[in-house]
This record gives sequence, C-alpha cells and structure tokens, in this order.
Amino acid sequence: MLHDFLARALIGGLGIALFAGPLGCFILWRRMAYFGDALSHSALLGIALGFLVGIDLNLGILGICIAVALFLLALQRQKRLTVDTLLVILSHSALSIGLVVASFTPSLQIDLTAYLFGDILAIAPRDLIWIYGGGGVVLAILIKMWRSLLSLTVNEELARAEGINAEVTGLIFMLLIAVAVALAMKAVGILLVSALLIIPAATARRFASTPERMAVLAAAIGAASVFAGLFSSLKLDTPAGPSIVVAAAALFVLSLASSLVSRQSTTAR
Amino acid sequence: MPDDTPPIERVPAAADRLLQLDDIHLARNGRQLLNHVHLSVAANEIVTLIGPNGAGKTMLVRIALGLILPDSGRVERRPGLNIGYMPQHFHVEETLPLTARRFLQLAKGAAEQDLRAAAAEVGIEHLLAQPLHGLSGGELQRTLLARAILRRPQLLVLDEPVRGVDMTGQMELYDLIARIRRRLGCGVLMVSHDLHIVMAATDRVICLNHHICCHGQPDTVSEHPEYLALFGPLSKERLAVYQHRHDHRHDLHGEVVNGNGRGAR
Repeated sequence: MLHDFLARALIGGLGIALFAGPLGCFILWRRMAYFGDALSHSALLGIALGFLVGIDLNLGILGICIAVALFLLALQRQKRLTVDTLLVILSHSALSIGLVVASFTPSLQIDLTAYLFGDILAIAPRDLIWIYGGGGVVLAILIKMWRSLLSLTVNEELARAEGINAEVTGLIFMLLIAVAVALAMKAVGILLVSALLIIPAATARRFASTPERMAVLAAAIGAASVFAGLFSSLKLDTPAGPSIVVAAAALFVLSLASSLVSRQSTTAR
Repeated sequence: MPDDTPPIERVPAAADRLLQLDDIHLARNGRQLLNHVHLSVAANEIVTLIGPNGAGKTMLVRIALGLILPDSGRVERRPGLNIGYMPQHFHVEETLPLTARRFLQLAKGAAEQDLRAAAAEVGIEHLLAQPLHGLSGGELQRTLLARAILRRPQLLVLDEPVRGVDMTGQMELYDLIARIRRRLGCGVLMVSHDLHIVMAATDRVICLNHHICCHGQPDTVSEHPEYLALFGPLSKERLAVYQHRHDHRHDLHGEVVNGNGRGAR
C-alpha cells in the first residue's frame, strides 16, 4: 500500500537525486563544496522575501540563488580575501538575514522547520513539475556542456588554450547549481541541501574509474539514499529529510569501510 | 622610449607566420615583467625561449596563447590558428577519476583511431587505462604531448616539456618533438629553464629576462667537446649549446646593471 503523499515524496526525491549526483561530482572536483551551502543558506531569504512580496516561493528562491551565484562569481575575481572566507561570511549572513526577515512574517515562522530541514512528505504535484521540469533542464544543459566543463575542471589553462570559453561555462555551471539547490531544498531543506549534492558524489568516487561512471553512480547512490531514508522514516517515524542524509552518510561510511577492507586484503596477500 | 631592440634574425616570411607579438609590455603587482618584447613563430620552425626563473617566460607564453592580455603591444595570431598546448604545471584532483584515455578523449573530435595513433607516437599505449595521477612525471609529459598533437596543431606551445625528466628521457622527448614537428609541419614554441642546453632541432633561441637579452642560433654539441663528454654520444644529434651574446648584466633582482642598455628599460 503506497499513500499518495509517499509516492510523491519518493518520485520527487528520486528526481532530485538524479540531477544532484552528477552536479555534486563537479562541485567535488572543482572544490566548490561550500558554494552549495552559501547558495542554499541564502534561499531562506528568498522564501522570506517571497512571502513578504507575495510572489511564488519557488521563484523567490530561484531568484535569490541566482543572484547569490552571480555575486559569488564576481567576488571570486578579487584577491584580498580567500574564497572560503567569503563563502562562510556570505552563507551565514544570508541565513541570518533570512531568519531575521522571516521573523516579520508570522505565517513563515510556523513552517520554519519545514524549510530548514525539508518536508519531502509535503511535496505537491505542482512541486513534481518543478523538480522534473527544472531538473530535466539542468541535466540537459549539463550533458550538453559536459566536455567543456570537464576540460576546464581538469586544467583551466589547457582548456582555454584549446578555445573553451571559461567565463561563459563557469557562469552557466553556477546557474545550474543555483537551480539545483532551489529544487533540492524540497527534499532535505536549506540546511541539508549540500549534503545531498556532496555525499553521494564522495561515496561514488571509490567505485568509479571515469568521471562519467562517477556521475551515474552518484545519481544511483543518491536515489538509494532517498529510498532508504524515506523507508526508515516511515518505519521509525523519524524526520524524512535528515533520515535521507543519514542514509547517504551511512552509505559513505560503508564505502570507506569497504575500501579499507579491500586495501587490507591486498596488503595481506 | 626609442625602438632600439635589435631585429630578430631570419624573420620568417609573413605568409608562414603563425604568431607575432610586437613590443609587449606587462606589469604585475607593480613589477615590470615584460618590457619591449618581440616574438614570432612561423610554420615548421622551432623557437626556444630560455631565461632564468621569474624572467617572465610563462607570462609571455600565456600572452601568446591569449590566456592573458598584455598591458600594451600587439598580439597577432593567424586567424583560426589551431594550438596544441602543454602547460608547465599539471595536477589533477584526486577526487576526479580520469584515465589517460579519457583525458585524451577530451581533445575535441578525437576519434579512437587517432587517439591510439597519438598514444603510440608518444609511447603511452600501455598507460591508456591508468589513472592520470598514477603516472610518473615523464609519462604525464608524454600524455600531455599526445593530447596536444591530437588536435593536429599548427602551433605547438610547450612550457618546460622536459622539466623533472632525466637526461635520457629528455633526449627522447626532444626526439619526439622534432619528429612531430617534421610530421605535422607545425611551428613549435618551447620554454626551457636551462640557460645553455637546448634541443638540437631549435631554429632560434630567445633569451628572455624581462626583456630580450639576446637571440640567435645554437651550436651543435659536437662543437663543444666538454658538453659532449658530459652528456655522452647520445646527445650529439639531440642537444645543442646556446652561447649568450649579452651586452649587459642583470643584478639579483633582474635589473640591468651595465652595458649600453640595448633593449633594456
């Protein structure tokens, strides 16, 4: 017996895992793990502003994420502060500003936990359209620019000397992350989005010998985490979003353990 | 400042010219890195750029490639010029699983057959399935060279291709580069940190220390018995000795300290 809300949660979660995995791989390769955090933390401001202005919340989130992505891209050009410092400043200020602005909108106060930690069980049919429509576009663009983005990730100077436009490719990639974060928030919430991007990709690393295999594997591991998280949430009555992240983390630990075991067996031989 | 830089000898015919840099100036963080620099590379020509560390060689190469713009001066590349580039520093993140084969496939439009031919030419067929970060320095250099020639370049730009490679490996790489030049008829712009020993097939040597100190053709090693004795008979066809003809000296900071100031700031 599968309830409607559970089916929607599962379909939505799997859809998110499909694009979060490959995108997460690039975030990992490009050492941009904190970018996802900064983007998702600022999403709360988008929600709060959306409430205040009275526009669609999805649009509010998307708008703020894209604005922050562009801001980050501009900030990277200055050399006075390192990027990790800037990201911590930006992500925590954005989260705090969001919380402060949210305090002006009492109706948002009630739902705050849902936004911070996700409410995958409340995914509506309309959200599924956002997830699959937006996720489909993200994946399509990612596949289209795969070779250029991968070349740039391997070695930027070489890629540029071969005629790849680093600025445009980098900008598109940032926008893809912004859209992905805005969509993935539905499953695990603002505070846990980057976990869904990073952990499956990190788990996949140990079992992949090419970038493409790692991307596909990351999507599969993300899907397995969504499945396991939802199932345990149902059985143990735990919060769904954190349960998904716990499942992803458990798979990561398993992958670490398996690589330790295989290393030991090779040294024993 | 009057334009008193000596003209480069054997200036190639304009029709063959792939790359032409005129009167390049570049400053970074308040320091003048390149002053009044001219450089040209023609098809089928090997130009070796030598100079001490921090002389601005890599900056000049990056300007030639279009990766950065000079503060002033003219950069002309033949329209649609296809460049194969071998960067000096190459490091792949451990998190990125990348075999040599997949790396070569990233060269645009590389067909499997071309890929195998390029790998065979540089002698890395047996490494294609290996992850890039498991390769030794010399193996990685060869893989980078294979990637560069996969593009069938008209101009090959090699930034210190023999860095960290032992003498035998160095001579093998020089052989390889000379062979590739003959086969593709491409121009080669090569950077070397060795101030005296260059690849024998070099047509012109340019000595750079923020400005062009001198330039000319290298001598064969046979004319220098002491080098021949040092590097052994194998070096005869592969290495050449460059004798500098400086009319000034540089102090420890690279400033010109005497001489008639030709080409100096």
